[in-house]
This record gives sequence, structure tokens and C-alpha cells, in this order.
Amino acid sequence: MSLDKSAVAHIATLARIRVSESEKEQLVHELNKILHWVEQLGEIETEGVEPMTSVAEMTLPMREDVVTDGNRRDDILGNAPAAAHGFFTVPKVVE
Amino acid sequence: MLIEGKTGPWEIVIGLEVHAQVISKAKLFSGAATDFGAEPNTQVSPVDAAFPGMLPVINRFCVEQAVRTGLGLEAQINLVSVFDRKNYFYADLPAGYQISQYQRPIVGKGKITLDLPGGETREVGITRLHLEQDAGKSLHDQHPTKTYVDLNRAGVALMEIVSEPDMRSPEEAGAYLKKLRSILRYLGTCDGNMEEGSMRCDCNVSVRRPGEPYGTRCEIKNVNSVRFVMQAIEYEARRQIEVLEDGGTIRQETRLFDSGRGVTRPMRTKEHAHDYRYFPDPDLLPLVLDPAWVEEIRNSLPELPDAKKARFMREYKLSAYDAGVLAAERESADYYERVAKGRDPKQAANFVMGDLFGALNRLGVGIDRSPVSAENLGRLIDLVADGTISGRLAKDVFAAMVETGQDPATIVEERGLRQVTDTAAIEQAIDAVMAREAAKVAEYRGGKEKLFGYFVGQVMKATQGKANPAVVNDLLRKKLAG
Repeated sequence: MSLDKSAVAHIATLARIRVSESEKEQLVHELNKILHWVEQLGEIETEGVEPMTSVAEMTLPMREDVVTDGNRRDDILGNAPAAAHGFFTVPKVVE
Repeated sequence: MLIEGKTGPWEIVIGLEVHAQVISKAKLFSGAATDFGAEPNTQVSPVDAAFPGMLPVINRFCVEQAVRTGLGLEAQINLVSVFDRKNYFYADLPAGYQISQYQRPIVGKGKITLDLPGGETREVGITRLHLEQDAGKSLHDQHPTKTYVDLNRAGVALMEIVSEPDMRSPEEAGAYLKKLRSILRYLGTCDGNMEEGSMRCDCNVSVRRPGEPYGTRCEIKNVNSVRFVMQAIEYEARRQIEVLEDGGTIRQETRLFDSGRGVTRPMRTKEHAHDYRYFPDPDLLPLVLDPAWVEEIRNSLPELPDAKKARFMREYKLSAYDAGVLAAERESADYYERVAKGRDPKQAANFVMGDLFGALNRLGVGIDRSPVSAENLGRLIDLVADGTISGRLAKDVFAAMVETGQDPATIVEERGLRQVTDTAAIEQAIDAVMAREAAKVAEYRGGKEKLFGYFVGQVMKATQGKANPAVVNDLLRKKLAG
């Protein structure tokens, strides 16, 4: 598998990252190198092996259904670039 | 159901995706509260606001609720499931991804039995149920150039319940939603309130010629009532048929239902919006369930609507339709059983489904707030059964019970509605009517026998409806015979 310039442009759009034409060329090269390096894993026989999602030999820890947080609006909004009347405010995004 | 087009019949194919908000105190991955209608951003933890370094920890009860729902849908429970990140950008999704389940959901295939009019049933397959986070809420109408964002709902647990494309008419889609809501409420896993948005529905609709493969489908997003779901599907199917019959093709797209105009229209979505780049969430290990715990949950399930309906048919000899209506809500089923206990179950069903449901509809209240208690309705039936009042007067007494909330015996006594079975009093009333209506009596005796009903009416009127009708008939017939 390898990427071309249009695929890089697509990924950049999805990630909301602005990439200039010259950077795209560079990124095609870099990303392809990474892909090819990872593709070496394809040489290993993995038939019937469960995908490993973590190196930790433990199961998901769970928490009880108890309210332990909230009522700290000032903390939550404290770093927001803009807020009003207790809401975050952003440029209008209505469809 | 087939729709007749200009060029022949078409079949509608419908699959539904329902987002059901899980009933829990705290959110799926944080300790913030879930209550509806709180002040904006007061039920938000740094996890919900996606502050850097915050880690999600799953709420055990939300998992239990999902398992309970899966068991209620007679579905396969997957003992290992995985949480994935679904990546997209939107102002009310602070992390830039929603934690969801993609390839390995917590619940697999199940089924729902629809109750159709006329007592028929039909089975619809459930494809899967998975757990995911809800997003925050965007308010677009508070400011001319800004969108306001409230994250109180962000991170609340949702169950996405996906059906197979097994439905063939808007009515079946409506029956599916009603039945699913009924099961969720019985289980106590979702309140099913579509108006408040705790249950939302996406409809996948396509059309095809009978017997042919599935056509291209359109998805109608976020429809928020059973009635709108049925309207949206009906409109969308006719739209697709029109396009196809005019030689066009259906484009797979997401549409919105405009309930004001009763139409669906394409959603203006940016390109690539559906490229979610799912991958396993590195912050969360696979969710592994202990089979013993699943069994424990299974053993704690209440009697569900289908089982209750079957029992009502068996135990109380009710029709499939009556049993289905009474079993649809846990509260009405419990109410009915309290009325029916030790009484004629058919008569109890008639009173509950006829008089009571009618009154509740008029008042616009649920059975939990009924002005007439099950005990009092039961006493009213007893008063008819022991002859204290006639069946006709029972209607008046019931109306007074709705109005006052009093018990029927008090109403009967206070208003003097006790049935007159005293033959002397009834005879007296008959004599008075016959004396007044001498001409009609002569006509009757001359062969005009259909006047009998008229006399009965006059006697009942003279006794303010309190005379025992059987006694009136009997005495009247004798007296008129001369």
C-alpha cells in the first residue's frame, strides 16, 4: 500500500490540518516510508491470533454509578477561547 | 405492503437505528450527572470536556444496562467487546472523536416481535446493540453569529440499537418503535421519551420491485416521534418511487425530515463526512464480561411485554389485541391486574381499556396519575356485579369518580343511585306511565309491539335510570299484556 498526493490532501482535510503543496510532496514521501516500514509486519503469520489491543495483562477497570464530578462550570469554561451565559461559544456551525 | 406506482407495484424496505439514552446516575466514562434540564455546563467533568490527560473509566451500571437490554431483546451477549474512536470534528464533540463500538459490539443478533393491528405478530431481527457516548448540545438560535455549546449531555451513555432491514411498511416501523420502547421501559434501561430526545431514530429506507435485490437506501436522520417516523418513511418511499419511475437513480445520502412540511430533504454535508477512521481506543482495554454476572442479570429480568401478553391471554382469556394493549406498558398491565384480581377479567379489561383509557386520554395524563385508583375501579365492578347499580348507571358513577376521585360506594350513596329492585316502586312507575300514555297502550295492544322499547324508556326515565332493567322488562310485559 502507498499514498499519493491526493490521499495526503484527503487525510489533511479530515484532520483539519492545512498543508501546502510543497509540504504534500514531502509528506507523501515520509508517510510512505512509515507505511512500508509497518508493512513488514505482514510477513508474520497471524492466522487465528487475537488482535492485541494492549500490552497490559488486565481487563477494563470499572467504576460504580455514582456522581462524583460536575458543578464546576468555571473550571470547565476557564480555558475556553470564548464563553457566554454559561455556554461555550463558537462561530456559527449550523447546517 | 406494496405501493402501486405508475409502472407497477413497489415494496418498501426499512431498517431502523435507534439511539436510546441509558438510565444511569453518572455518565458512561465520567462521574458527572446525567439529569435532564440542568443549567448549561454544570454536569461536565474534565473527561467530558476532553481536557488533556483525562482518562475514561467505564461505568459498570451502564454496561449492566446494555447487557440487560440485550437479554430483553433475546440477543447474543458478547463476553468480549471493544471500544473504538469514531473520528469527526464538530463543535459539540470536544475530543474530536466519539467513543463507540464498531466491529465488536457488546450485543449481537436478537429479535423483536411486533404486535400488528388485528392481533397479528411479525418478527424483526436486531443486528446489534452497542454502547457509545452522546455528544453535547449546540444551540444555533441564541446569537446571530455564534453557536452556543452545552456539554451536559456530552458523555451520557447511549445504546445504539440497529435493526435488520426487515420492515415493509411505515406501520411496521411504528409498531417496531412502540415495541422497542415498551421493552426498554419494562427493563428500566431507557425512559423512551422521544420528545426529550432520550430516544432518537434514524430510518434507512429503500424501495424495490417485489422479489428483487435491495435498492439503494437513503438515511433519514434524527426523527423524534413515532408519528414523524411513519410520515418520513411514507414520504421518502414515494419520493424514491417517483425518481425511479421517471428513469432516475437513487443516490445514497443522508436526509432530514422537515416535520412542518412533511417532507425529507438532503442534508448539506461536507465531503468525506462519513470517513470516521475508526480504531480501537488506546485509553480503554477490551470490555470482558463475567458469564456469571450476565446470568445474574438474566435472572433479574422482569416479565417482559410478550410474556405478559401471552399470560394475559392464557390466564384471563383476553384476545390477542386486548392483551397486547394492556401489556404494552408496565403501569397499565399492573393496574389491570389489580382490577381483574378476583373479578370477571373480560369486564375488567373493558372498563380499563374503554372507560379508563378514554378518560385518561381526555385528561391527557398517564395511568400513573389516574384519578381513579385500581381499587376503586374494582369496587365499581363489584357494585355492578352484586346488582347495587345497573351497568348503565356504572358509566355515570365512573364519570363522577374521574371528577372527584371518590370511591364508588360513596358516590352511589350520596347521589342516591342505588338500583331500585323493589317491585312495588317499579310497578307504581309503570302504572303512572301507562295511565299517562293510554293512547300508546291501546296501540301496543292493537299489535304495534315495537312500542315496548318506548315504554321501557319512559319507565327508566321516571325512575332516573335506577330501576333494575330486567325487573322493568318483566313487569312491563305482564302489565301491557293486560
